[in-house]
Amino acid sequence: MLQRLRERIDPTDVVMWVIGALILLAVSVGSIITLFPSLATALGLTVSVYGFTDWASILMSGLAQGSVYALIALGYTMVYGVLRMINFAHSEVFMSGPYTAYFVAAALYTTGWLDSQPIISLAIVFAVAMIVSSTIAVLLERIAYRPLRTAPRLIPLITAIGASFFLQYTFRGLYGSGFQAYPVVKILTGQWIFATPLGELRIQVIQVVVIVAAAALMGGLYLFTQRTRVGKAIRAVSEDKEAAALMGINMDRMIVVTFVIGGLSAGAAGVLYALMFKQVHFFMGFVPGIKAFTAAVLGGIGNLPGAMLGGIFLGLIESLGPSLFLNGLGIVAPYQLKDAIAFIMLVLVLIFRPTGILGERLAVKKA
Amino acid sequence: MTYLRLIWKQGLQIGLIGGVVALLIALTGMAVTFNQRDIISGVVSVGLMLMLLVMVFAGYLAARRTAQPRWLVLVNAMVAGLVPGVLLVVLVVVGNLVNLRLILINASPMLYDLLTFKQGVLAGSLSLLVAGGVSGLLAGLVYLLPDLPRRVLVTALAGVILTGVLQDLIRTVIAAWGPLAIINQWFFTGTGLTIPGAITVFVLVAAGVYLQAKRGAAVQAQYRSLRPTTQRGLKLTGLLLLALILIVLPQVLGLFLSEVLTIVGLYILAGLGLNIVVGFAGLLDLGYVAFFAVGAYTVAVLTSPELGMFHLSFWEALPFAVTLGVLSGVILGIPVLKMRGDYLAIVTLGFGEIIRLLVLSDWLRPFLGGSMGLGRLPRAIIGGMTIPGLNITLPAYEFTGPQQFYYLILVGCLIVGFIAWRLRDSRLGRAWMAVREDEDVAQAMGINLVATKLLAFASGAAFSSLAGAIFADKLGSVYPHSFQLMYSIYVLCVVIVGGMGSIPGVIVGAFAVLGLPELLREFAEYRLLFYGAALVVLMLLRPEGLWPEALRRRELHETEEAGEPVPEADLTCAPAE
Repeated sequence: MLQRLRERIDPTDVVMWVIGALILLAVSVGSIITLFPSLATALGLTVSVYGFTDWASILMSGLAQGSVYALIALGYTMVYGVLRMINFAHSEVFMSGPYTAYFVAAALYTTGWLDSQPIISLAIVFAVAMIVSSTIAVLLERIAYRPLRTAPRLIPLITAIGASFFLQYTFRGLYGSGFQAYPVVKILTGQWIFATPLGELRIQVIQVVVIVAAAALMGGLYLFTQRTRVGKAIRAVSEDKEAAALMGINMDRMIVVTFVIGGLSAGAAGVLYALMFKQVHFFMGFVPGIKAFTAAVLGGIGNLPGAMLGGIFLGLIESLGPSLFLNGLGIVAPYQLKDAIAFIMLVLVLIFRPTGILGERLAVKKA
Repeated sequence: MTYLRLIWKQGLQIGLIGGVVALLIALTGMAVTFNQRDIISGVVSVGLMLMLLVMVFAGYLAARRTAQPRWLVLVNAMVAGLVPGVLLVVLVVVGNLVNLRLILINASPMLYDLLTFKQGVLAGSLSLLVAGGVSGLLAGLVYLLPDLPRRVLVTALAGVILTGVLQDLIRTVIAAWGPLAIINQWFFTGTGLTIPGAITVFVLVAAGVYLQAKRGAAVQAQYRSLRPTTQRGLKLTGLLLLALILIVLPQVLGLFLSEVLTIVGLYILAGLGLNIVVGFAGLLDLGYVAFFAVGAYTVAVLTSPELGMFHLSFWEALPFAVTLGVLSGVILGIPVLKMRGDYLAIVTLGFGEIIRLLVLSDWLRPFLGGSMGLGRLPRAIIGGMTIPGLNITLPAYEFTGPQQFYYLILVGCLIVGFIAWRLRDSRLGRAWMAVREDEDVAQAMGINLVATKLLAFASGAAFSSLAGAIFADKLGSVYPHSFQLMYSIYVLCVVIVGGMGSIPGVIVGAFAVLGLPELLREFAEYRLLFYGAALVVLMLLRPEGLWPEALRRRELHETEEAGEPVPEADLTCAPAE
């Protein structure tokens, strides 16, 4: 019995489990201390104390953040599904749309349309962003990925990294290197305040809009892949390329369609992101891009509902984490480590459940 | 009709691609930025040359794609050169009607002046079109030339352009030659080559290429017919000469160029390490900066008086830096052992960012200095100690500036290069390559995947932390800002541009990727744009890199060479290592 157990476990697993257990311990200790501030004083730690209002707003911002991640993650996941590669330049697809649409939004703002006809104006801004993003995505596929489909794995990945930097700095050259402040849309500002027995509940309008819009887009996309002919064809290609081709599915076209859809959702996510954080920049895609990838992995890459779930989960962890467990451990200025939490999550997921929450086992070398 | 279709397929399409490239060069501001420097003073600037080169390239590619018949080659080449001209004219005309600058910040009057040769919209547009057509046509003619004259012409022109672009380097070196500095007056004015200078360069390079083509084979044959001992003697003389050059180099080049050399050297050091991880073992590591940071911060924490915890000297701290580097390589390596290539890339990237965020955070400020970094590191000193019993004090040599650090880095590169070279041919090196080709098969052949991969990570990390340690001491301080993701990307570019798995490739890559931009100050802003484009283009056209390892090249061109014998010339080109 013990013999067999010893054969099954190799030392690297043990190291990984120890790391994981330590992190888990830190997280739970930190959370408990934060939730019971009297413990902190007993231990001599200085921690911030949060009330119901604070937790609620942290939760809401995490949810909004997470739904944007989820939208971007869809692009990663779908491309991964059909090509079995990580589209490293997807973060630039995400950046290009809202950055270009910024100029439309600014023009609409100066003419006063943005406030007098907000719905139409926003629709225009979204349309521009989505079209630009999907154009970039299609060009990317055509120029950088298609010729390399049969090349060794490392090569398209390097191309993707190269394309990512090329796009970033091309946009920087075209539009300049400064931050551009996204115009404020009046109907999206303000907050709703509810009085609940636990305390005041404050909800930002923009966060609700972002969550609702993202949910609607994701729902639409899900229905598209599940119900329509094209959606089924895409799923067939990601299941088995050769069999799909034998069934008369045009593989190249399906791959292009996948990139278009990924681009559309990234463009929409980009505008939501820009509306939420009110600025665009040529480097804005990098961090959300990696986070969205993390989300895709978290949910199980290649799996659409997984990506959505992963995105929201990551958004929540990231906004709750600093104030929940880092704060409890007495770490100074925990919000500086917000991004580190996301990366640590990624590593942890890949260690303990490389399949993600809903996915099949793909992270381990096979396929 | 069929000809029209051929023109569309071969001329227009390439022309359109060239046009888009030309527009991007214009609108990203490259054309104007590079315009500050002339290649030939008063005749052609680097910015304009860039535009013309796009047209020439488009023409040449169209000609090559057409190949037959001759008149169609010329027509297509001209069309391909003309189309970028047309697109640029459209840009100029539109730009003069609408203020594009509200969106595209680089669509400035300066750009239009450059594109229209300062002749106003109408005359300028016409000249632009003519320039496009003529460049394309010339490219077509060059294509139709016989092999030797074509090579002579192209190399000589490239020589002139290169001399013009690198004028600062060449001028400073010549200026240091004392009485010979008069040469500068013949070749250069303040902004570029003089016309006689350009002609001289052209003739010299052309003559050189011509002679090499005519006589090169004979000389090589003569060399081969020498006795082996004489051959070895010649080789040894060559090596000694090289060593001599390397030793006197910083004295000849002056402060600025020595600084450039030290930067390149540090990247060679790191590149040799990453070459093991990416090139030999095929593990794409994007968080390589983490180890660089570990090395730099270890030295800083152990030596800097600002923290006051330790007061070691650089040499005492160095072993700790390398050991910690190895340890961190193993620790970061363990979780990613079982991951496939693309996951590995992202996870290592995440590690790199985690390290940077930790270093930057206020939480660790008491130990690592936070965003202010750590300063006042004592410089490395050699000698200066007293030999016990003899009462003799050795003379001290302090590494103060780039000219001194050059030697430290040179020695580091030589040691690391030697280690990498020996590792490559060792049992471990072959195991790495087996893992790179196919993990499952490698494992089936009895290779211990865990140990092999961890050793790759550890040795890569050791070299990188060594580079980091020297970097910290050279700068005299460390800041979190120095350890951005960009660093990993630069090193990756060094490895890939040079050729994955190739040791001389790393050196070539470091000079190309980091040396050139330092010499072209205007280039700095567009560095990453170029690197990105270079990575894509290299992967599409020449995945084996500039100086490939022979084995790797054969693998990547397996399908092309299958069945046909490897051409003789190719074998002789392979680097003799």
